[in-house]
Amino acid sequence: MMLAHEFMRNALITGTFVAVACGLVGYFVVLRAQVFAGDALSHIAFTGALAAAVLGFDTLAGLFVVTILGGIVMGLLGDRARADDVTIGSLFAWTLGLGVLFLSIFARGDSAGNGTGGVRVLFGSIFGLDAAAVRTSVLLALLASALLLAIARPLLYASLDAAVAAAQGVPVRVLGLGFLTLLGLVAAEASQAVGALLLLGLLAAPAGAAHRLTARPYRGLLLSTVFAVGSVWLGLTLSYRFPTLPPSSMVVGAAVGIYALTLAATAARRGSLSREARSGFDAEGSLGRSEA
Amino acid sequence: MPEAAIFQGLSWNPLTDLDRLVSYPFMVHALEAGTIVAFMAGVTGWFVVLRRQTFVGHTLSVIAFPGAAAATLAGLPLAVGYFGFCACGALALGGIGGSRRGLSAESASIGSLQALALALGFLFVSLYHGILSGLDSLLFGTFLGITSRQVLLLLVVAVATVSFVAVVARPLVFASVDADVARARGVPVRLLGLGFLLVLGLSVAETSQITGALLVFALLVTPAATAHELTSRPGLGIALSVGLALGVTWLGLALAYFSTYPVGFYVTSLSFALYVLVRLGRGAVGRRRATARFAPEVA
Repeated sequence: MMLAHEFMRNALITGTFVAVACGLVGYFVVLRAQVFAGDALSHIAFTGALAAAVLGFDTLAGLFVVTILGGIVMGLLGDRARADDVTIGSLFAWTLGLGVLFLSIFARGDSAGNGTGGVRVLFGSIFGLDAAAVRTSVLLALLASALLLAIARPLLYASLDAAVAAAQGVPVRVLGLGFLTLLGLVAAEASQAVGALLLLGLLAAPAGAAHRLTARPYRGLLLSTVFAVGSVWLGLTLSYRFPTLPPSSMVVGAAVGIYALTLAATAARRGSLSREARSGFDAEGSLGRSEA
Repeated sequence: MPEAAIFQGLSWNPLTDLDRLVSYPFMVHALEAGTIVAFMAGVTGWFVVLRRQTFVGHTLSVIAFPGAAAATLAGLPLAVGYFGFCACGALALGGIGGSRRGLSAESASIGSLQALALALGFLFVSLYHGILSGLDSLLFGTFLGITSRQVLLLLVVAVATVSFVAVVARPLVFASVDADVARARGVPVRLLGLGFLLVLGLSVAETSQITGALLVFALLVTPAATAHELTSRPGLGIALSVGLALGVTWLGLALAYFSTYPVGFYVTSLSFALYVLVRLGRGAVGRRRATARFAPEVA
């Protein structure tokens, strides 16, 4: 019944592919503790789209060019292509200021004058995609996923132990830069589906849950992707059943819900484990005391 | 657009222009509010940068947005929403930071919290249909239309925030620079961190009523980052950070007054330009020093 509507089919197809890309890239974003960089890139995407709209370019092209450039700049600014948070923060604040400038020009040019264009870029319009938009986003999501899987092994090595990887001849800096560029691509891709501001939910929450559940990389990548896709399906279904609830909020709500459940479940398990361990130590005498 | 209505252009006579700048009550209020906000952001921002809590600061400022939306939806005064959500957010972030689960888990939790805040904000806005046209000002703020009551409230919050920071400044610097040694010396590191986050939440909540949820961040981070580039001495650094924040805010307000573009654009661009200049300058000086130190050894 839900699938009878074309807008719903389009939303599900796009959402699924975007979620796969976000889940895969998000796993490394969390591993490398670069969620802030993803956050900044999502805001850069917003500014890029508005800038293109104001200057009269194709919004999609503007979005991609600006966001990918943002990723490269952040990679170049930071040490070892792992931009530090103060540098990102300053760049980011300026990007927001530029976004405000374009928004004010855009709202003035808009005959309606209420700046809903800005809202659409910020929060996405997944129920308003046409066939061409679906095709573009599916292709780009596939491209991003393929690129990530291609560099997954060396990137994993470089992320876990940069010094040893560099000594073994892995191009750590180039990989870091490439990864931020890829992150820019995914940020631009996802911001047209779930909106620039909500992309963060698909990057951070499913991957955070996956990292919490397993330390094994390939299982983690798979889990992260499954969680991201699941959140999109759950969120879109909820939003379809209750039309007053906006889809992007529901998708992010589902993703954060999964993460919170994982945290609670693992905390309970670890709590009972450490209680067992502690009682075990106490039985053996002073061993537990000295450990504490 | 109110900005367009007051657009008059410069007369290029500094005295006349200054006179015109303060001839409207709304502009006087904006200058007062801007001064208070910049002072508060300069002080707290210095600690935010020192403690590497930029991401946390940004997340707190984003949390102000659902706070305002929820208050509007429930028919409560906006300030209740701002303060309530920012205080809860500060407590949650304090819990995340204190659990010592490693950098990547922390960054995932903060990111998820921020995404949740945005999702909630958008949900509240959608449920309350009438607000949609005001969404931009909720996110990006407006310096125009500030009342004298707001200025007074702002002043009270700023005095509270800055005096808290002044009282705990010494142990807070100690705890931020070397948490382990500070803990061993009996400094309550966790409590200090939580207290700082609460104060930060308070100042962010107050500031975002004026600058909007997204732009608090610009005043909080960039001037402080510039100050940290210039000096590592705490007293001088805080003074510099405040001075830079005040400078860009005043200049930004004046520029916005004499043109048609929003004040947020000027404030962020000015502070980012300063930051880039200082970084470039320091890079050049560092290189010269390195070669100067190297030269005698060669000879």
